[in-house]
Amino acid sequence: MRGERSLFKGLCFAMRPGTLLAVRGVNGSGKTSLLRMMCGLLTPAAGTLKWNDTEIGEAGEEFRAQLIYLGHLNGLKDELNATENLRLSLRVAGIAVNDAEAVAALEWSGLRERRHQPCGTLSQGQRRRVALARLRLSQARPLWILDEPFTALDVASVERTRDLIVNHLAAGGMVALTTHQEVPITAPITATVELGA
Amino acid sequence: MSSIRWYKYSSPQTFYPLAGRLAPWFGVTAALVALYGLYISFFLAPTDFQQGEAYRIIFIHVPAAWLSMFLYLIMAAWAAIGLAWHTRLSSMMALAIAPTGAVMTFIALWTGALWGKPMWGAWWVWDARLTSELILLFLYLGFMFLHAAIDDPRRADRAAAVIAIVGAINVPIIYFSVKWWNTLHQGASVSLTKSPTMASTMLWGMLIMSVAFWLYSIAAVLTRVRSVILERERNADWVRQLGENA
Amino acid sequence: MTPPGLLDCMKTVIARDVRIALRRRADVMTSLIFFVIVVSLFPLGIGADPVLLRTLGPGVVWVAALLACMLALGRLFANDHADGTLEQLILSPQPLSLLVLAKTIAHWLTTGLPLVVIAPLLGLQFNLDADALLVLIASLLLGTPTLSLIGAIGAALTLGLRGGGALLALLILPLYIPVLIFGAGAVEATAAALGATAHLSILGALLLCTLVFAPWATALALKIATE
Repeated sequence: MRGERSLFKGLCFAMRPGTLLAVRGVNGSGKTSLLRMMCGLLTPAAGTLKWNDTEIGEAGEEFRAQLIYLGHLNGLKDELNATENLRLSLRVAGIAVNDAEAVAALEWSGLRERRHQPCGTLSQGQRRRVALARLRLSQARPLWILDEPFTALDVASVERTRDLIVNHLAAGGMVALTTHQEVPITAPITATVELGA
Repeated sequence: MSSIRWYKYSSPQTFYPLAGRLAPWFGVTAALVALYGLYISFFLAPTDFQQGEAYRIIFIHVPAAWLSMFLYLIMAAWAAIGLAWHTRLSSMMALAIAPTGAVMTFIALWTGALWGKPMWGAWWVWDARLTSELILLFLYLGFMFLHAAIDDPRRADRAAAVIAIVGAINVPIIYFSVKWWNTLHQGASVSLTKSPTMASTMLWGMLIMSVAFWLYSIAAVLTRVRSVILERERNADWVRQLGENA
Repeated sequence: MTPPGLLDCMKTVIARDVRIALRRRADVMTSLIFFVIVVSLFPLGIGADPVLLRTLGPGVVWVAALLACMLALGRLFANDHADGTLEQLILSPQPLSLLVLAKTIAHWLTTGLPLVVIAPLLGLQFNLDADALLVLIASLLLGTPTLSLIGAIGAALTLGLRGGGALLALLILPLYIPVLIFGAGAVEATAAALGATAHLSILGALLLCTLVFAPWATALALKIATE
């Protein structure tokens, strides 16, 4: 529910390894809310979400150790530089990363030269790329939940990110994402959820 | 005899008419008991040899103070149930109790001041009971204002429940520390609560008045919860039908 | 590499917050300066009679410390909420209540601890003698963490609300009262040559209880506020 309004009802879906779940709908139809429910950040007014047959509320820590979430906000502290942000936020998420790996990920994102700058001085697109570098280091996590991963990115970055997602799916990972842009992603299994229809 | 199916009334829709039927009964009974209680307070209870006639205000002050504390605990209990089991009606009950509890606290404070003035010449004495009542008023106001500040009703209910529970746990701690503070700073304190010996009629009068206050509170809460239900459920079909039938 | 354990995560959170606070020194200094100003206001408002000041001193310093702590609480969660770091914290596999405890510790290190250090200097302005000053430090050392812990609950509940500061004050100042009573009481007891051990033990007990319950309540409040 958003305020008094019910956003969506009667939704049912399942994801297996290699599934790409594309959530579509117009603005305000509840795409972000659905993704946040899948993370456990939002509780649905009715219904359950299960991971490996256990409700995600009960599975708690085990469930959260299997997922990585990229939301609208990048989760970066302005006062810290890209390397610090990357390493610290990954450690909180339970992934230990040393300096070399962090630099390599930033290089993949094309931000190697800016890695010592405070993130507050980077542009919107650059900050998004730092957040995506986080994704690159999270490949061990099976479930990726991405809210508009391609927004504010240039063409090269969109390509890189798409390849990252495709590789993850091919390796047996699962990705749930929303996007306004039509980015062709080949996946072993593709499922679509249309909201607001 | 069929057992009462209480859970049938746990939905706002079924509770609404029940509350509507019960409230007037409680109100009328409250008025009758209050009349009896006032009769005792004014005519039966003897004149206190120390405090004269003005002491009779304790027949309102003490019940109001008792009620203010009990209502807070009950409000916190309903809020906790609503938080734990996601039952909407429980949170609505907590919301409905708060203003009545706050009013009781306010009455206790005013009557305490009105008692203090003729007794000790001061409108406000910082004794343990009055100071705790003041803090209790702040706790009630905090609950109500936090709830009012949040637009989403679900978040408002749950956030206010947390502060109600935290407050309830703190009430004994606050009372204890205020008592400590009071004995330190006033020595042999003049306390509004320490009356030498209570004649049994005085005690009886206070008990009767407490019952009257209880009944009034129940009536007030039942009435208020009806308007809370109407407001929350205003988009539901049964509410619309009520409006059409009226 | 082995995944980081709980203690590691908590240390990370503390280190991160402290590092940020050091890079934003202005925020930290503001509450400290507020503390000093408020304490200085009282003699201006009440008069500079030395005996009066010595009586009022403990209470004044304590009330000012309370208000300064409360003022700084706004930034405990607000910035993290705005840039998305908070939801990452909630999504961490580590228990949220302990991560919240880590944040509160970092907050106390950058807000409460400086108050404890400066307080004796202000106590001198009120003619408190050495014993009283020592007890003042001890009481603040035991009391300010409790203030941060309780305040965190309020900060979490009022996250993102309009009129946040005043509402936060209404919510937590009543809960601060026991700490104030025993904290200021400890110093006053020392000044009156009675022992302060009872007060300090109670302050310690309050700290322990709050340490156990407050982070859990704060975590719950954060989840409610970010849904």
